Amino acid sequence: MPRDKHTLLRKFHQARWDEDMIFEMSVPGERGVLVPRAENGIRAEVGDSTSVIPDQLRRKTPPALPEVNQLRVVRHFTRLSQETMGVDVTADMSMATCTMKYSPKVQEHVAARHPGMTEVHPLQDEGTIQGILEMYYKLEQFLKEISGLDYFCFQPGGGAQAIFTNACIVRAYHAARGDNNRTEIITTIFSHPANAGAPATAGYKVITLMPDENGYPDLEAMRAALSQRTAGIFITNPEDTGIYNPRIDEYVSAAHAVGALCSYDQANANGLLGIARAKESGFDLCHFNLHKTFSAPHGCMGPATGAIGVSKELAKFLPVPQVKFDGKSYSLHYNRPESIGRVRSFLGNAPLILKAYAWIMQHGAEGLREVATCSVLNSNYLEKKVREIPGVAVWYAPGKRRLEQVRYCWEKLKADTGVGTEDVKRRMADYGLQHYWTSHHPWVVPEPFTLEPCESYSKDDIDEYVAILRQIAREAYEDPEFVKNAPYNSTIHKIPAPSINEPERIAVTWRQYTKKRLK
Amino acid sequence: MKKLGVIVNPIAGIGGRVGLKGSDGIEIVRMARELGARPEAPSRAVVALKIVSRIKDSIQVITYPNGMGEDECRQAGFSPKVIGSIRSEETTPGDTEKAAQQMVAEGVDLLLFAGGDGTARNIYNAVRHKVPALGIPAGVKIHSAVYAVTPRGAGEVAVMFLEGGLTKNRVAEVMDIDEDAFRNGLIEAKLYGTLRVPEESRYVQSAKSGGLQSEKDALQGMAAEVIGSMHDEECYYIIGPGTTTRIIMNNLGLENTLLGVDVVRNRHLVAKDVAENQLMDLIKGKRAKIVVTVIGGQGHVFGRGNQQISPRVIREVGRENIIVIATKEKLASLKGKPLLVDTGDEALNEELSGYMRVIAGYTDYVMYKVGY
Repeated sequence: MPRDKHTLLRKFHQARWDEDMIFEMSVPGERGVLVPRAENGIRAEVGDSTSVIPDQLRRKTPPALPEVNQLRVVRHFTRLSQETMGVDVTADMSMATCTMKYSPKVQEHVAARHPGMTEVHPLQDEGTIQGILEMYYKLEQFLKEISGLDYFCFQPGGGAQAIFTNACIVRAYHAARGDNNRTEIITTIFSHPANAGAPATAGYKVITLMPDENGYPDLEAMRAALSQRTAGIFITNPEDTGIYNPRIDEYVSAAHAVGALCSYDQANANGLLGIARAKESGFDLCHFNLHKTFSAPHGCMGPATGAIGVSKELAKFLPVPQVKFDGKSYSLHYNRPESIGRVRSFLGNAPLILKAYAWIMQHGAEGLREVATCSVLNSNYLEKKVREIPGVAVWYAPGKRRLEQVRYCWEKLKADTGVGTEDVKRRMADYGLQHYWTSHHPWVVPEPFTLEPCESYSKDDIDEYVAILRQIAREAYEDPEFVKNAPYNSTIHKIPAPSINEPERIAVTWRQYTKKRLK
Repeated sequence: MKKLGVIVNPIAGIGGRVGLKGSDGIEIVRMARELGARPEAPSRAVVALKIVSRIKDSIQVITYPNGMGEDECRQAGFSPKVIGSIRSEETTPGDTEKAAQQMVAEGVDLLLFAGGDGTARNIYNAVRHKVPALGIPAGVKIHSAVYAVTPRGAGEVAVMFLEGGLTKNRVAEVMDIDEDAFRNGLIEAKLYGTLRVPEESRYVQSAKSGGLQSEKDALQGMAAEVIGSMHDEECYYIIGPGTTTRIIMNNLGLENTLLGVDVVRNRHLVAKDVAENQLMDLIKGKRAKIVVTVIGGQGHVFGRGNQQISPRVIREVGRENIIVIATKEKLASLKGKPLLVDTGDEALNEELSGYMRVIAGYTDYVMYKVGY
């Protein structure tokens, strides 16, 4: 499948294995591993080890697991792993809002193989995990510098949990002042949706702001929504449109004026590193996703960490423990009586801390700034090229440069040809590209697609990407039905996928599948 | 000199405030008059024509006699060329079609008509794509996309078009629903055809969007939010028409009128499918709240299909007691346009403008702009 030098397109076919499901491969009695019985001496000493489990918790029948030997299991999963687009631990640039950058192999290697990471137990004495604690401590110093905020905590296991934790800190702050009437959080429709979802999970009422005609959150709507009931605003900047809101300080001041706190979702900070900080915009809290901006892989390919940062005034509410350094050694501290408590066991995902720490050390301060400028440059180059494709539009703020990502729109293509963003997305697989991200719901921008090349992609990568999109647009104008029925060269053909809110048509386990298939 | 054709369906909108869901058919018009209704079309046409009168010296207006345009044009300050004749006292769809045909023959550059979905169908029958047309919204049902969002908007678009500022046309849908089925609680809009409409997205409404699968949960959440707030046993809840508000009634286990206004107090049905007078009698001097939804794609909160909730009812209830419910999908479908109030009372429209907290789910709100 060599690439054509002129068109930048290639004849591509994704790997396809006609694999059964592992459950269908089951042969009664086959085993992958035979677990030896404990030796007599041990049994005499310990007794029946299963007896420590209370009777009512013990299964009456063995679990209906597939019975398959090791060779078949390995071959099966190796083949499944080949039915991908060739990326291993990191996904493609087209998943904007996610900051899917290339995750360097070296930190993957260290995190997966270094005995200092793999052979330790979270209950070990802190004197024996000084290296890990040092990374926690130093990463906190780095993020303090990057954000301008005063304290960090790495417990939350993802962005949404980070926002949840921040919402809990906001409540603790107001409660400590004796103000229990603040029941509302304000967010925006183009902020990551966890800014609405996570505070709602924390028990808040959520008020969402729609964009004004320039794509910024409607500031007058926010002023109308603010009151003594407002606990805080949770906002992203730039939002999913990629447009940096230059008046963000006015939003923050308006919220502060009614006594509310301001939380900055910096999950994706790729356009800002070394350039703009939460502190200077006036924010009281923020969070970074170490699995986005700081290169650790994500999207079902790695655990996550939402690092939360707060101002000095809010530090006492952070989860415990805190890692401290006395000049000689690192230690864990639990003395925060007003802490909201733990949000995750132990120290959170230590391998993520290692990867983010390593990535920052590889880049240095200048390098971080270069990441931002490079990803903004990449995105602007991509945008200029994509805008030239027939059928594409970019909504809002004409003439204004976007930062690291852009929300594009196929509305015209859809009106002209009937081919919409979902069709284009499926057709991309035929050229060897991972499908792109459309948009969170609701689609405020119709027929959306959102691209973010990060700093990882070369000019040649971007040129090829654009060539593929341009080719699909051409196909749509020439033969719309062809595009609507894509993909043709993928592992599977087009299937009428049930929407995720049709639970009666979705099976996520073998048991559900066998039950629903019989219906 | 540009020629503007003006046709007013003088009985359009007459069935709205008295709860008759429409004005199609002589019998309905008679019933409406007996119930004390007045047609909406003449005054709405005048609002639009007054805007157009800004350029009255540079256009020629051609219209039909008496209530079919002549009266309205004169009221707005025009000296129109009057053509044709009306046979009977009560005008019919046939008169509208005949007027439209004659105006096409007169070579009008734009046909401005006031009415509802039924009127748009008559215009479509006579005009097809021969000349651009634009509707002044005055009917009870406005599902067609050939109408401006408000009478003022119709005037603005007509001016822009006649002055040459708008050169593009858009093919827009003429929709109608079967009024008999509608009175029986079934809503099914049919596409009858299309007209050419001046292209101006701010003032010309888009066709009503259908519901999305993903809105189901949000709808249940909205109903729970509204029902959960019904603490005051003495408060009357005026439940406006629509499938969105119907979920509240369903979840309360109450009978409801899809296209009419029902009244609930203490979670019990007090009155079903009320007319404006009844509504006023019920709530006068009492605590009351209005629950209405947003018409998808258009954004109307008042003045489309819920004319029973009249200006005096709205004033009696008070702005702070208006509950607007709409999913985020529906709000997104407005593409940034504000929610619209078209109560027929300009002063009230202005009072209702500003921002409203729309219920979009359970403890989930959108602060949204309201305009007119």
